[in-house]
Amino acid sequence: MTTRYSFGGDEHIFVECGAEMSLEAFFKGLSITNALREARIAGVTEICPANASFQVRFDPDIIAPDDMLRELQALEAAAGSAPSVLDTRIIEVPVLYNDPWTHETGQRFRERHQDPTSTDIEYTARINNLDGIDGFIRAHSGAPWFVSMVGFVAGLPFLYQMVDRARQIQSPKYLRPRTDTPRLTVGHGGCFACIYSVRGAGGYQMFGITPMPIYDPRQETPYLRDFMCLFKPGDIVKWKPVTRAEYDHIVAEVDAGRWSPRMAPVTFSLADFHRDIDGTNARVMEALNGR
Amino acid sequence: MAVKVIKPGLSTTVQDLGRPGYYHIGIPTSGGMDLLSLAAANLLVGNPAGAAVLEAVFTGPELAFEQDATVAVTGAAMAPKVDGVEQPGWTSFRVRKGQVLSFGFLKAGARAYVAISGGIDVPVVLGSRSTYTLGTLGGLEGRKLAEGDMLSIGAGQGAAEGRSLPERLRRKPGQPAELRMLPGLYWHRITEAAGERFFEDTWKVAPEADRIGYRFKAGRPLDFVPQEQPFGAGSDPSNIVDACYPYGSVQVPSGTEPIVLHRDAVSGGGYCMIGTVISADMDLIGQLQPHTPTRFVKVTMPEALAARRDRKAVMDEINRTLG
Repeated sequence: MTTRYSFGGDEHIFVECGAEMSLEAFFKGLSITNALREARIAGVTEICPANASFQVRFDPDIIAPDDMLRELQALEAAAGSAPSVLDTRIIEVPVLYNDPWTHETGQRFRERHQDPTSTDIEYTARINNLDGIDGFIRAHSGAPWFVSMVGFVAGLPFLYQMVDRARQIQSPKYLRPRTDTPRLTVGHGGCFACIYSVRGAGGYQMFGITPMPIYDPRQETPYLRDFMCLFKPGDIVKWKPVTRAEYDHIVAEVDAGRWSPRMAPVTFSLADFHRDIDGTNARVMEALNGR
Repeated sequence: MAVKVIKPGLSTTVQDLGRPGYYHIGIPTSGGMDLLSLAAANLLVGNPAGAAVLEAVFTGPELAFEQDATVAVTGAAMAPKVDGVEQPGWTSFRVRKGQVLSFGFLKAGARAYVAISGGIDVPVVLGSRSTYTLGTLGGLEGRKLAEGDMLSIGAGQGAAEGRSLPERLRRKPGQPAELRMLPGLYWHRITEAAGERFFEDTWKVAPEADRIGYRFKAGRPLDFVPQEQPFGAGSDPSNIVDACYPYGSVQVPSGTEPIVLHRDAVSGGGYCMIGTVISADMDLIGQLQPHTPTRFVKVTMPEALAARRDRKAVMDEINRTLG
């Protein structure tokens, strides 16, 4: 896993920690970007961690591009030995899988899909050798997911499934992106899940919808009053399948300002995770039950 | 006191110098696409360079003034009119209470900047008044102007009328356009021949060109170096593991139509980028009309920094002239 540096014009430096996705690459980027934030280097204007890479925006009138590069390389060398342990939180996200709204949208853009005769969820279940829609829901909601990036549009989380690679759900993106995706769609592209924070264009497969707002620019939703975006890199998500009646109930409670997601603090250690994936996941998920 | 929107124009939004600092959670900087024209309009009417103005795309709005104000229009050539009487561009003029500001047809460029003395007084959100429509954030209720909107105007007398920016300091929309680009990011993913063709070809601005990004067509498709796709990237050779996108970065979905991201950029995604348009040429993109022939010109970092210094020198001179 070699680190690759490249300038994005005269104002950005792009750092790829690994060409392929892994939690090691994510943690490497996280430790360097945390160190960079603490270093408070004059001229650094934006620090953006991503899945297996990160990007820094800087003002070249204040710090020359080559000096910026040298600062980052020094931070990379220092970060190399840091343990990958994170004090974070687990958030339970209710999902109505195979819902009518993403189904309707999927049908509207069917000619842009790999399999026009199927639905996104049936197609993805089939190419991942899962037992139909029910088998897909069990695989998708059985283990927690790790927020490895926030972006694309405001507050949209990219999530990485916390299972070994052989069990990770993978799917291609639409052949051509859709011009419409319902707000709060649970999507999937490559190995990543996402939640579309706003309505708009998108290329990910659509599996369901959550009743839980994750971005509120008016900051009226009780759990979004402190900040308008819910997710940050390092958060852990547990999908909870819900029925249509439960979905409708949560939507009504959200609208009345009475609903908040279940969440709990957890500590995540990458070394422990690799030693015992299922055991680590069980412990992380138990935190939601107050244990 | 206020200004009433009689007609909003095609897509008119409130913009200032932008909202840096939130790109890591997907909220882009926004702000005027042509920041030089935005700053000049403000300075002409006696505002600070970063006051909130209106950015009007292709067609101008029609505005009824409920107070006296000094106004200046810069950027695209789209003649301002006060009660039907044409006013010069890049020059301050007075609009009296009860008069109507309207615009003639677009003659050159794409975006006009309308500065009103006192500035457009919408709430500051995350440090800026700029509109980010995709996130329904900032500006007037996070959206473009609509018929019947009332725009509050800040306090301020405004500068005298007849202040004008010398011709040589004004933005001249390029035709054909040249956008200087520093190759990099995932440049190594396309073949050497494809890289040469990219700079040789004359591209054309596609109709899908907005504040998020400008799409270009009519060049030859780009071939990728064959490889086994990295885990998590997706199966198309133009896919990468979803990463952050620099402002100005040039992405090439499926190797066909390059997209240059602008002030309302999506902050990341899974398409290969082959380089970045340099900071000095970002303003120019905001003035390109659909179908404008455009070439990408390869530059080095020292050339990019020299161009940045040149742009800053022009901005400094505008400040001195109007300050």
